[in-house]
Amino acid sequence: MKLIDALMTGLAQGGMIALVALGYTMVFGVLKMINFAHSEVFMMAAYVGLFVIAAVGGTAHPLLAAVGGTVVAMFACSLLGITIERIAYRPIRARTRGSKLARVTPLVTALAVSVLLQNLAQLLFTARYRPYPQLFQNTRPIIFVVAIAMMVFLELVVKKTWFGKAMRALSTNEEAARLMGVRTSRTIAMTFALGSSLAAVGAVLYCLDQSQAYPTMGFKIGTQAFVAAVLGGIGNIPGAMLGGLLIGIIGEMVKLTSYSGGVDVLVFVVLILVLLARPAGLLGTTRVEKV
Amino acid sequence: MLTRRSVIAVSSLAALVALGVAGAGCSKKVAESEIVIGSFLSLTGSDSTFGLDTKKGIDLALEQANAAGGIKGKKIKVIYEDDKSTAAEATQKVQQLIDRDKAIAILGEVASSRTKAGGLVANAKKIPLVTPSSTAVEITKGRDYVFRSCFTDAQQGDVAARFVREKLGKTKVGLFYAAQDTYSSGLAQTFRESFEKRGGKIVVSKGFQKGDTNYTTYLQELKAGNPEIIFAPVYYNEMVPIARQAKQIGLAGSTFVGGDGWDSAELLEGAAAELEGAYFTNHYAPDVPWEHSKAFMAAFNAKHKAAPNSLSAQGYDAARMLFDAISRASDLTPESIRVALTQTKDFKGATGILTIDAERNANKPIVVVKITGNAFKYSTEYSSQ
Repeated sequence: MKLIDALMTGLAQGGMIALVALGYTMVFGVLKMINFAHSEVFMMAAYVGLFVIAAVGGTAHPLLAAVGGTVVAMFACSLLGITIERIAYRPIRARTRGSKLARVTPLVTALAVSVLLQNLAQLLFTARYRPYPQLFQNTRPIIFVVAIAMMVFLELVVKKTWFGKAMRALSTNEEAARLMGVRTSRTIAMTFALGSSLAAVGAVLYCLDQSQAYPTMGFKIGTQAFVAAVLGGIGNIPGAMLGGLLIGIIGEMVKLTSYSGGVDVLVFVVLILVLLARPAGLLGTTRVEKV
Repeated sequence: MLTRRSVIAVSSLAALVALGVAGAGCSKKVAESEIVIGSFLSLTGSDSTFGLDTKKGIDLALEQANAAGGIKGKKIKVIYEDDKSTAAEATQKVQQLIDRDKAIAILGEVASSRTKAGGLVANAKKIPLVTPSSTAVEITKGRDYVFRSCFTDAQQGDVAARFVREKLGKTKVGLFYAAQDTYSSGLAQTFRESFEKRGGKIVVSKGFQKGDTNYTTYLQELKAGNPEIIFAPVYYNEMVPIARQAKQIGLAGSTFVGGDGWDSAELLEGAAAELEGAYFTNHYAPDVPWEHSKAFMAAFNAKHKAAPNSLSAQGYDAARMLFDAISRASDLTPESIRVALTQTKDFKGATGILTIDAERNANKPIVVVKITGNAFKYSTEYSSQ
């Protein structure tokens, strides 16, 4: 019974982590860069969601508030994701293409954007912990269902639509994709928008369920999601889902033991062990890079 | 292009240096007619609310002291420095306050880690430092120049154990604390020692990962141990989700007892209903029945148009205790101020009547606050000894 309870909690937690992990993995798949600012997009979504929910009337109209908050947060964060990509990443990508710095510079830029957004949030919203209204009695089943639905939706987008095809083409070979008529800039922007809106769904669910909104809130779940993405094989979409669910479940299982204070220790031990056995992650494939 | 840029950079740097020199010259001249006290606080960064609330209390004490003619015929000046909520900055700012601003005493920090860093510098430079609210035991240990105007975690944990064992009459307690946090795990430890000495039993103990927000599984484990009371010495920002998730699995708010980390209006805003009937040990309550506290509250309300919280009251007390020591000191040297601080006895603070002991800690009442009807209510008080 105790195990089953913990498993259910773990699945819901893992679903949320997976939603954020998808953003990391999609951007990596397309651009081969790690978007460290993703956790800050998550944080911004929590604030947008909070303000919209309050504006709609909060507990007076729970369903409307939750849906409205999520949708507006998704929209706002897609714009934020696109803006970050347009202002910070694209110019640097253009100027470092082909050089030795093509890997390092975007990474440092991403870190800088992350710090910038965190401080901006502190300036705009202060460092206060803002509680979310409690809209539902039990959010866990909703989270799990929504997370699975979003993943199925994403899988359909990637496998069945023209945009998904362009994304996969870009991920395989950017130059070739461009020669075949794929509009790479637009596809990259769309990838950021999609990843950011998934993070926004995760953020609103996360806050409705268990957290307040505050400027440094992205750090914890961002780290977990990044680990999930690497664990599943970064760049691989089902891998991120699997990684997220695994991390959620492992975390809850550790809490049942007397080592409950060191959940993160075990999560990272698992990551290291998996990477030792499969360097590309659980579902990742190592592909020799052609130079 | 590059040369023009560097010319601009160099010249603006030179201008800045010149300004700095001029500024330093200015403050030195002023210092002779003023008593300069330095204060390092977290005015920005993750704990900015701590610093800003404390500053409000210090500002009020300063205004009152200067309106009454200052000390020894001199006006008091408090120079604030922002440590950006980090210990490394705290070290640097205390150095600056002492070396550059020639502060003869230092007020500050709330977080124990930063007071520890700043206290190390002040002690080495033989400048007295008073912390308004750092409760970790080791801060004043072996440091002759570091004082505190609040109680310690050892005293607080003991009072919480006495309250649960004697007043509430409970014998089976569960502990819930942040495993990586010195404050939280330290307070849980002192509670455990005192409670077991008084014949109580810790039936279940659960540490959680700092930064975690999903407490359901931890709480279910605690609940399975069937404790009568859960002692949760955590910060208010952790207590809000803990209380909400506890309610979902059927743990009543009145099961919980906490420490001074709970004290924040945000706890009420986030989980007042879930924590109905819970108690926590604190420095102060908005309705303490002490005369000297009421005067402070009225003055604070008039100046800031809001009710003070503990941190403001503690900042006010630390500043006034320091001013009191300076006025009693034989002269204005740091050494005389230190001696005067050690002689502080029956000082009437907003957070109770306090006496500085041989360890440079404050002996003063510890209040037990009850959360009821969306407010913090004074329940009872204990002496810290």
